[in-house]
Amino acid sequence: MNVDQLYETLSQIPKTDLAMWQDVFLKFYRAWFAEDRWLNYFEGLVTTIEVTIIALIIGVVLGVLVAMIRTAHDQQRPGTHNFVLGFLNGISQVYVTIIRGTPMMVQLMIWGFVIFATSRNFTLVGALGLGVNSGAYVAEIIRGGLMSLDPGQMEAGRSLGLNYIQTMRFIVIPQAFKAILPSLGNEFIVLLKDTSLISVIAGKEIVYAARAIGARTYEYMFPFVITAIMYLIMVLIFSWLQGKLERRLRRSDRR
Amino acid sequence: MIDVKNLTKSFGSHVVLNNISQHIYPGEKVVVIGPSGSGKSTFLRCLNLLEEPTSGTITFDGVDITDPKVDINAVRRQMGMVFQHFNLFPNMNICDNITLAPVQTGLMKKDEAVEIAHALLKRVGLDDKADAYPAQLSGGQKQRIAIVRALAMKPKLMLFDEPTSALDPEMVGEVLNVMKQLADEGMTMVVVTHEMGFAREVGSRILFIDGGQVQEENSPEEFFSHPKNPRLQDFLSKVL
Ligand SMILES: Nc1ncnc2c1ncn2[C@@H]1O[C@H](COP(=O)(O)OP(=O)(O)OP(=O)(O)O)[C@@H](O)[C@H]1O
Ligand SMILES: [Mg+2]
Repeated sequence: MNVDQLYETLSQIPKTDLAMWQDVFLKFYRAWFAEDRWLNYFEGLVTTIEVTIIALIIGVVLGVLVAMIRTAHDQQRPGTHNFVLGFLNGISQVYVTIIRGTPMMVQLMIWGFVIFATSRNFTLVGALGLGVNSGAYVAEIIRGGLMSLDPGQMEAGRSLGLNYIQTMRFIVIPQAFKAILPSLGNEFIVLLKDTSLISVIAGKEIVYAARAIGARTYEYMFPFVITAIMYLIMVLIFSWLQGKLERRLRRSDRR
Repeated sequence: MIDVKNLTKSFGSHVVLNNISQHIYPGEKVVVIGPSGSGKSTFLRCLNLLEEPTSGTITFDGVDITDPKVDINAVRRQMGMVFQHFNLFPNMNICDNITLAPVQTGLMKKDEAVEIAHALLKRVGLDDKADAYPAQLSGGQKQRIAIVRALAMKPKLMLFDEPTSALDPEMVGEVLNVMKQLADEGMTMVVVTHEMGFAREVGSRILFIDGGQVQEENSPEEFFSHPKNPRLQDFLSKVL
């Protein structure tokens, strides 16, 4: 007997006569198999991954840019003051302050219902909102990584006659990258999970699909448990990859 | 070779170097000593502009390097610097530590740089460490590598900032030996150190810096046997 037949049989039985497992099965069937609803979760999953990737790219580009501006500004030769750099640094600071000082959800609502109120592409607007948010955190992580590095590394590079860019590229950035990889990984996981928030502006990711299914079946337990499991699996896969990368980068530490 | 004129350096209102003038001739081994916090490192770091002088000029081979228009990277390529804490690049193996600057600055091709790295490593007895990472080496080995790294740029002048202060006593000798060898080959050197034996044996001139000024300078014999400045007498009585 396959699941469809089992569902047919069980759904004939009056609700009050169902055994516990039979009731659970019926709910699960409606949340997953009925009308091929599992497809909806996977469509949502694909959107979630797309949104994460778009947001990640926006976040990393913005983050690197802002971190570079702020670090270069702070590391200017004392006494010199570059006006353009000062201006960009000011903008960067305002950006980071606003993003870190306001809730993600409120930012998304401003993107979705104010700035792009007329746009129909909620998913893309959501990705933009998430990316801009993530950029501020990534910038602070990168800046922290660059600042935490022993200034002697920069000095050693410069004393050998390498210029600022070369020293950054070959010496500072590779070390900073290794140091911040765990925090970057955490930020990525936060971003992945925060994609669930874009459902408030009707971005069609997994939570959106789950809510729609729940509304059809009047039963929310399985849709949300399934959603949770899907997120958990994605995070576990990512953490595993991250661990592998970190172990590889730690090769130069062996004694 | 280097002419320092009226060099003053202050951090905020704290005047660390007060109007120092000095001339360093080719082939000289100038040893700088002085109490902690007297500005020895600051003086050394001004010579390759790791610290920007507040006022005064530093002329290297006829070029005023404090002029903002001067390509400071090109100047630094001709001056090697060795730090108290080695500052090797932990993300690269020893060979890459040594060849990075010569290759990236366009001084030589990769294979030529590798060849020179091996030759220099042999001289300091560490050729077998070419593929090791800095974390795998002892302090003395790291410092010898740091010297090699600076030498690979074929500098005209070497600056040493307390190269043996962070080392366990049993490793001091191996680093000093490399420096002595370098001195014997005629390298111009400016060395900040607390190793009075090294100063006496290798130095051609010794500077005593205190209170932001060179209080006394002399040949090693005179410097140690007939110190005139009372602060130097006091300092020597403590360290010798
Ligand atoms: N970047 C800086 N900012 C502010 N003050 C500084 C800075 N670098 C050095 N100083 C101050 O300048 C003075 C001289 O420092 P310097 O490192 O040159 O002394 P030093 O003679 O090398 O001492 P040590 O033997 O401890 O290495 C100290 O009082 C120090 O606190
Ligand atoms: Mg010092």
